[in-house]
Amino acid sequence: MIPQLEAANVPYKLPPPLFNARCKACWFTLATLLFVVASFWSLDLQWAQFLSLPAMHSMAKFVGEFFPPDTSPAFLRQVAIGAWETLAMSTLGTLLAVIAGLVLALPASRLHADDNAWARAPTRLLLNALRAVPELVWAGLLLIAAGLGPFAGTLALAVHTSGVLGRLFAEAMENAPPGPAAALRVQGAGRLRTCLYATLPQILPQLLSYTLYRWENNIRAASVLGVVGAGGLGQLLAFHMGLFHMGKTATILGGMLVLVGLVDAFSYGARRWLTR
Amino acid sequence: MSAVALTGYAAQTAPQRDPAWFGRVALAGAALVILWPLLVATEFKPWLMWEPRSLAVTLNFLVGFFPPAHSPEFLWEVAQATWRTLAIATAGLTLGLVLAVPATLLSTRVLSISALSGRMARGPFWLRQALRWALIGLRSVPELVWALVFVRVVGLGPTAGVLAIALTYGGMLGKVYSEILESGESHACETLLRNGSSRLQAFGYGLLPQNAAELTSYTIYRWECAIRSSVVLGFVGAGGLGQQLDGAMKMFNGGEVLTLLLVFVGLVAVADRISAGLRRALG
Repeated sequence: MIPQLEAANVPYKLPPPLFNARCKACWFTLATLLFVVASFWSLDLQWAQFLSLPAMHSMAKFVGEFFPPDTSPAFLRQVAIGAWETLAMSTLGTLLAVIAGLVLALPASRLHADDNAWARAPTRLLLNALRAVPELVWAGLLLIAAGLGPFAGTLALAVHTSGVLGRLFAEAMENAPPGPAAALRVQGAGRLRTCLYATLPQILPQLLSYTLYRWENNIRAASVLGVVGAGGLGQLLAFHMGLFHMGKTATILGGMLVLVGLVDAFSYGARRWLTR
Repeated sequence: MSAVALTGYAAQTAPQRDPAWFGRVALAGAALVILWPLLVATEFKPWLMWEPRSLAVTLNFLVGFFPPAHSPEFLWEVAQATWRTLAIATAGLTLGLVLAVPATLLSTRVLSISALSGRMARGPFWLRQALRWALIGLRSVPELVWALVFVRVVGLGPTAGVLAIALTYGGMLGKVYSEILESGESHACETLLRNGSSRLQAFGYGLLPQNAAELTSYTIYRWECAIRSSVVLGFVGAGGLGQQLDGAMKMFNGGEVLTLLLVFVGLVAVADRISAGLRRALG
């Protein structure tokens, strides 16, 4: 019997055709392209106005007005107070969100296989709704109840973030190793105690890392919440930008960048230390 | 006999009280003391919300939520605004990609030829570092601030929103793309470069195939975020759902606010579902 000879090289094959009616990815790519084209087509974007020479000129002039930034001690003090307010808003908002997130995560998770978790679906729906509405919209709504100022901003951050953290916490709880919780449960410990003494200690580093990550996000959000009147650096920014105080605006923007940079660095270091 | 058994049993069960309670209570107390300046700085006075006067305003507004506005003209307007929000997000993200892809190609360390022989040469190193800082700078100015700046230059309208999203997301995507490319296996890419392929070839045949799924899934996730951003940008005059919502809130028109919020939550939920499905399909 003649042994089956194998070619040294794989026989030459044509590459697959670029479009195949049975290929889902092709249709999806086509739809995406159409969607992008339709988006550009339906928006009356004023490129001409933006890229024209006079527009470039006015843009350059506009940027030029930012310099020199206002560095008078009195104004720097004001910016520092705004930055502290922003920092306080984001920190307190995140802390409130951690508490609310933990409270909501417990009913939103199925802790063991026999758990009927009747509250899981409605709680998740609530968490999604909290999460879907951005901080700025919450701030706009809460201004009516809490009045102008940083308190409304803090609440807005807390409400949005508790939606985000609640979901993340619930997922962390469901994915925690089930052993210790099962051990407590068969001894007759209730749902709350099982969670407090078995599940929570196991996932604590993960929860802290999520919290730090959201805090980073919240400081960014807090710095712009003021635009709708909710306090902090954003309020200063909206005020001075509205009055065309460009030097002051530049200082405030610089302050924002420094604040965000510092918090990022701190949070990055803390997370590295946690996951070491 | 039974008493002995009982005491024996009691000795084995866990104490009823939390053995670490003192530490926990002390920690909570210390946290409250640290929190105090924060509470002062944010004017944290929740009881003011329950004062009859402000409570009446709130309740009035909430009662106005029902029934949600549902006249055909309003719904048509909302549909147009929704499309506009989606279009701003998509166009902004596309322009962001136009910015991010070249920046990624230029700033990825794995694609450096001089780094193949030990250390990267000084010129390319500083070029990459400078690009990286530029991307971080673009990313750290919030899109709302970009939009406020562009509204001054190009006037009210979607252009400012698209540009703001393009700049912020360009920076974000560029930074994360190069992080993804650098965190993966670089062996194939390195071999290609060593054997004389160009950087683009090494990228196309060495880096892209193994990272394509992750890059796509991150882009889809960012598209979802861009939809949220584009609503927020409506508040400073970029048009779309945000502008409608801003108008309705300023007029205290609760019914319209509720409809818009519902539409918005639905939109985000749909985008979330699509994005999760696609990411699962990519594996």
